[in-house]
Amino acid sequence: MPYLGGEETVRELRRALSNPNVQSDQLRYRNTILKVIRAMSQGVDMSGLFSEMVKACATVDVVQKKLVYVFLCSYAALNPELSLLVINTLRKDCQDPNPMVRSLALRNMTNLRLPSLVEYVEQPLAAGLRDRAACVRRVAVLGWAKLHNLQASSEIDAAVVNELYSLLRDPDPVVMVNCLRALEEILKDEGGVAINKPITHHLLNRLKECDIWGQCQVLRVLQRYRPQSEDELFDILSLLDASLVSPHPPIMAATLSLFLSLCSGQPAVSLAALERVRGPLLAACGSGSREMRFTALCHIQLLLRSIPGLMGAHYKRFFCGYAEPAYIKQRKMQVLVELVNDENVAMLLDELKGYCTDVNAETAQAAITAIGRIGRSYSDRCLEILTGLLGLKQDHITSAVVQTMRDLVWVCPQCSDTVCFALEGCEETLQDSQGRQALLWLLGVYGERVSSAPYTLEVFIDGVRSEASLGVKMELLTATMRLFLCRPAETQDMLGRLLHYCIEEETDMCVRDQALLYYRLLHCGIEETRKVLQGRRSDPSLGVLIGRPAEPVSQWARSFNTLEPLRQGSIETESVSRGSPEHTMFDPKPNADLSNTLDCSRIEKVHSGKEDFVWMEECVRCPTIPRCSPQSLQAAMQLVNIQTLAFTPPQTLPWRVYLYTHTCLDDAPHSTLILGELLYTGEEPQKAEVHKDDKALKGFLSILTTVLHTLSSERA
Amino acid sequence: MISQIFILSSKGDHLIYKDFRGESGGDAVGVFYEKVTALTGDQPPVVMSHKGLHFVHVRQGGLYWVATTTADSSPFTIIEFLNRLSALVKDYCGSLSEKSVQMNFALIYELLDEAVDYGYIQTTSSDVLKNFIQTEAVSSRPFSLFDLSNVGLFGAETQQSKVAPSSAATRPIQSSREQGGKSEIFVDVIERMSVVIGSNGMLMKADVEGEIRVKCYLPNCSEMRIGLNEEFSIGKSQLRGYGAAVRVDEVSFHQMVRLDEFDSHRILRLCPSQGEQMVMQYQLSDDLPSAPPFRLFPTIERDSGGRLLMYLKLRCDLPPKSLSQELSSPDQSAELKPQSRAVVWKIPRFTGGMQLSALFKLEVPGLSSASLLEVGPVGLSFELPKLTATGLQIRFLRLSPVQPGPSQRWVRYVTHSDSYTIRI
Repeated sequence: MPYLGGEETVRELRRALSNPNVQSDQLRYRNTILKVIRAMSQGVDMSGLFSEMVKACATVDVVQKKLVYVFLCSYAALNPELSLLVINTLRKDCQDPNPMVRSLALRNMTNLRLPSLVEYVEQPLAAGLRDRAACVRRVAVLGWAKLHNLQASSEIDAAVVNELYSLLRDPDPVVMVNCLRALEEILKDEGGVAINKPITHHLLNRLKECDIWGQCQVLRVLQRYRPQSEDELFDILSLLDASLVSPHPPIMAATLSLFLSLCSGQPAVSLAALERVRGPLLAACGSGSREMRFTALCHIQLLLRSIPGLMGAHYKRFFCGYAEPAYIKQRKMQVLVELVNDENVAMLLDELKGYCTDVNAETAQAAITAIGRIGRSYSDRCLEILTGLLGLKQDHITSAVVQTMRDLVWVCPQCSDTVCFALEGCEETLQDSQGRQALLWLLGVYGERVSSAPYTLEVFIDGVRSEASLGVKMELLTATMRLFLCRPAETQDMLGRLLHYCIEEETDMCVRDQALLYYRLLHCGIEETRKVLQGRRSDPSLGVLIGRPAEPVSQWARSFNTLEPLRQGSIETESVSRGSPEHTMFDPKPNADLSNTLDCSRIEKVHSGKEDFVWMEECVRCPTIPRCSPQSLQAAMQLVNIQTLAFTPPQTLPWRVYLYTHTCLDDAPHSTLILGELLYTGEEPQKAEVHKDDKALKGFLSILTTVLHTLSSERA
Repeated sequence: MISQIFILSSKGDHLIYKDFRGESGGDAVGVFYEKVTALTGDQPPVVMSHKGLHFVHVRQGGLYWVATTTADSSPFTIIEFLNRLSALVKDYCGSLSEKSVQMNFALIYELLDEAVDYGYIQTTSSDVLKNFIQTEAVSSRPFSLFDLSNVGLFGAETQQSKVAPSSAATRPIQSSREQGGKSEIFVDVIERMSVVIGSNGMLMKADVEGEIRVKCYLPNCSEMRIGLNEEFSIGKSQLRGYGAAVRVDEVSFHQMVRLDEFDSHRILRLCPSQGEQMVMQYQLSDDLPSAPPFRLFPTIERDSGGRLLMYLKLRCDLPPKSLSQELSSPDQSAELKPQSRAVVWKIPRFTGGMQLSALFKLEVPGLSSASLLEVGPVGLSFELPKLTATGLQIRFLRLSPVQPGPSQRWVRYVTHSDSYTIRI
């Protein structure tokens, strides 16, 4: 951030730097330079002082030299001509008897990052490779990589590459590792440094000499190696066994990565390796650094995908400490949910129950969601806790509990009695729209069992004028309609009022359209309405927690020890804690059941006379049927911004998916809404209805086809 | 591979910025600070991305230590390196704070220059680095009268001079060679307890994570031998000697520790390098040799006036060290923190065998019987000096060759509460 008085400072410093009195006094000169660097790292633009600093570079004082180089490397790109002046000093320093000065000069020569200087740098670099001192060789080796990246077009001399290969046998381990790094960069186009049997064995033998950073690098490069025989493979594995249980998490992770890539053909060995790293990973979970804890937790989640029971006996290690930050607590709860079994469920629920009253609202909600997840397998115990929490009458807790109950009922319909009983009276504490939507959905679907349902809805309908949330209004409409079907006498009057308000006074088009739809639907007769509105109440196929199939290791092995698992989770936690209905994997999608399916076809009938609506039928051949789960199809579609409205249950014929998407073309005056139906009867035609935009339709179809092809090829 | 490293203060001031590869734009610092301050409570902050730029950061000493990197780099390596870097800065500058980083920025640039080249970590060993680092650390410790109090009248040895001042270990490692500072070595046994005690007083979980750290200010020390308790045993099967064994579940050692005498005599041999290093790490789960140090006997009820009454009785089960017990210590304080909805009860000293009780009366609007369920848990944070939960002791500490001149060896034990939770 530029700060005021920057120019004044620059002027003053320039005067001081060119003052001969200052220049002759070693200490004053150094202090002035210090001031320049300080201002520079605070963000003040100091490039104006470049020529003065170039002069300051010619000194015997090493500290001053280092400081000046920091400056020069930052601003060299702005002053290519003046930088030429530095080269002379640097080249002279490369001859200095002191190896420290030599390495310093060589490093900064290559750090200037000026293509025009390359010709002056090559000779000292070549000499540097043969220097007596290891510290100079270290710098020179990496210097070639820098040079290569500076001028990617120019070929690095084959002789240099050969020399780098021979330096892999350098007695200094850092030089060896740097050679690997440099060759990786220089030979990037050819796939990196050649990893053949002699090089691999040489690197493995010298692994112990390297420090942890060097070991990580070597282990990473070795991932490309493919052993020629099984004996060789097992020799390598037993050599690396000690690193697998290393107390340093970076080495442990790098070794496991290598194990997984070496044993990709032998799942049993990979699984054994996972068992072996359990100890070190658990130790990393208890590390003093919270960032390290978090990293270890994320990777444990990966491991659990393949061996769900891996940490079962150690569940207590994932209990949250009270001073831990919320993101670690939430991650630990996600792990705890995975570890639940018959022995520990009582302890675990007891612990989770303690987190439900956490001061941090997000943590409390995550704990409640976690209990809901466990409830899929142990519903009685969990419901007892959840109903107990309703008694607290806390706004955010009640909201989370109601949402969790909605999700639970969708998966385990046998819970509905308890849930219906618990719902009484919780509308008073609900404040946020997510919670109220969940409550309305429950009241609509199970209205006949909740005695006070009409009264609760009436309160909502009386307050609909002041209602701000769109979602709540839509949900209210559906819930009232559903309740009307089972308890017409009590509901008729308020339904009339609600429809009247929504059609006559409501400004939002979505709500109005929905209300109109219901109004017309009622005209069609009660049986028709019932067929549309009474969709499924639950989907037990959405997965019971226990007995979830173990994924093969290869599914996630590539992302192990990368930033991927740490980022992935951030999306997951977000949706879990907010319990948003868009959550792809487990949420019931209350809005997306049958009613909406009919919704679009009705609208189409209503508007079919109008000009701006185009109905088309397109057939796209698809090689195989996407016989994947609806969830993965939905997730894949969402990646390309196609939303699924609804789908029929798997294994039914004809199988249908309803899709929609918006186009946002820059040149189009307004966006186009595409509604689509994906139909599978035996041969695979696809239909799409469009709003007069051929280009958009073509784009849509091509994207859709690509997604389907990708999915079916994954299956194959 | 690391593209840039920067250090920011908690307010977002740029303290250190170094670009190793010159690949990404210069605005990374601003982008990072914007992102990190915009996070909501439930988003994990450790890794953040922005247009192909990946930020990994740790927080140490109230500062952000940030590295930008590519998506496929190892998070373990980068986080470990950032932690190690902050430890190095602490070693070289004496302490870790915004002020010390600001005062020693030249030194830190020098460190970074030697530790990382072109985004590749070269070395973080203080033994190697000390040959290259030329800049002197500027100590930020203000002059204090307490430093004088250690000097007895006419230079006589006082009782106090036998105890190292608490600040003795927070000094830059290199000042010794200039000021002829004391050649000292500190061996710290630090244990962190995480305990959960159920509402019925049952111990539900007890974990101890321990470590032995050596902080060395000796100019030349070729070998050091640390003797642990003879009856120290690892794992469940292995029991040694008679009587109370000191048992841990798992142990790991720094790679420089030689263990040839460990099996027979429980002696660790190592050549400490200057600065701080972790010699040994160990952990113990669920099987503490002694009772947990603190017990709480709570009573929570509602009084007739609708107030919440919390009667807490806290007992320390450690062996009494001294006879003088102040039963109602005047230094205690209690405070209600409305923001975190907690009552904070501070007890400055708590001797073994002592028992303290407190009665808190809270006015809670809309108190119902269900609200009582919301009370708790109680979290204790404490520091127990001169004590280890596992019972690990250091028998002796020998340096060879025998140090010329006066050298001092300090052994310190401390147990921290990582998380000590008591359910109500």
